[in-house]
Amino acid sequence: MIALTTDLKRLGAVKAPDGFADRVLAQVGMTDSYARFETVLGDVFVAWNRLGVSAAARSASAEEFEDWFRKDVGRPLMPAVAPPDLAEKIQDELGGKKRMRFDLRGLTAFEQAVLRKTREIPRGEVRPYGWVAREIGRPAAVRAVGTALANNPIPYFIPCHRVVRTDGHIGNYGGGGPEAKKAILTLEGVRVKKLEELGRAGFRYQGVRTTKIFCYPTCHTGRHALEKNIVWLHDEASARAAGFRPCKVCRPAVVA
Amino acid sequence: MEGVDHLFERMVHEHKDRIFAASLAMTGNRHDAEEVAQDTFLRAYRALCTYSPQRIRDLKERAWLHRIAVNVVRNRVRGVHPRLVELNGSESDHTPGPEAKVMERMQIDELATRVAGLPARYREAVVLRHVRELSYAEVAEALRQPVGTVKANVHRGLKLLRGDTDDRVDD
Repeated sequence: MIALTTDLKRLGAVKAPDGFADRVLAQVGMTDSYARFETVLGDVFVAWNRLGVSAAARSASAEEFEDWFRKDVGRPLMPAVAPPDLAEKIQDELGGKKRMRFDLRGLTAFEQAVLRKTREIPRGEVRPYGWVAREIGRPAAVRAVGTALANNPIPYFIPCHRVVRTDGHIGNYGGGGPEAKKAILTLEGVRVKKLEELGRAGFRYQGVRTTKIFCYPTCHTGRHALEKNIVWLHDEASARAAGFRPCKVCRPAVVA
Repeated sequence: MEGVDHLFERMVHEHKDRIFAASLAMTGNRHDAEEVAQDTFLRAYRALCTYSPQRIRDLKERAWLHRIAVNVVRNRVRGVHPRLVELNGSESDHTPGPEAKVMERMQIDELATRVAGLPARYREAVVLRHVRELSYAEVAEALRQPVGTVKANVHRGLKLLRGDTDDRVDD
């Protein structure tokens, strides 16, 4: 009699198998799943959960991606079959259409603000680090913006490659170094060589004589200006002195 | 929604071993036990998403989860008898321990198979009361049965497990 109930108690002390909790949480979409996708950028590993896409990287292998994710994002990760619409969303995003939701849990409020702002930069355009800092209301935090972008867990989709230095160097890139950054920008239609030349010459803005508006060089509003009407400007003060006002679309300076 | 996720994650970590043990005792093998335990938590999650904050606050978690597990087992393949345990350890996710551990695991699985072989009403009562060691009140709550019924079923279940069949109750 005693033996039986003791044995039943031992049966009750059985532990759930390894990974059981992760499997359960994955089934309700609370842990992250990942798959590899073929894209215009080559093979990209993308992780997602119920809240949205949580990470992306051009890792050499699934193991490398898993290791990086566990270390960087700090959650368990399991390979899975992608939801049917994800591949299409990925293509659309890389083509400039915004269709993705993101899971930015685990990032600080500052990091999230930087990444959200960065996502507003249109395809084919770039902005300086200082622009992001000013736009999120932290004009002095330029370096911190750089750090936040370097730690962007979802590169390519949150386009940290569109944030560049203004001195003719394109700036660092977590997604594969400066060369990769240039390659992606070129793919998106940015004339990187020209941008670097302007930067080296100290020109930061493009002014259009007819409209009296100055823009960042890649701003789409200035794209159709005739060559003869374009003036290159060094800084905000000289632009304003020459009678130009900042563009309301790319906001190279606070509109007075 | 965020609140439910949080609550659920804690629930899984807190109750996974208990629910798995109960599932093992009710199904008699680890493969089915994992399925039942997973299904239990999935149902719990779906239910939580529809519950009002008040209802979530009033939830008696342990009894509630065990009731779901009991129902999952009841609803599964009615009439199919639990499979025999595979004694040569077919589950690859378990590292083979020292021999004593393997022996103990075999004994436990063998007992689970015997418990799982009990008629449902005795099995449920015995599992919750003696495997999971819930109080009679909690078992009654989980099974939605009067305490007296639970006590009687536990008693008869244990008797059957001991192989004592003279005092068999009429069905």
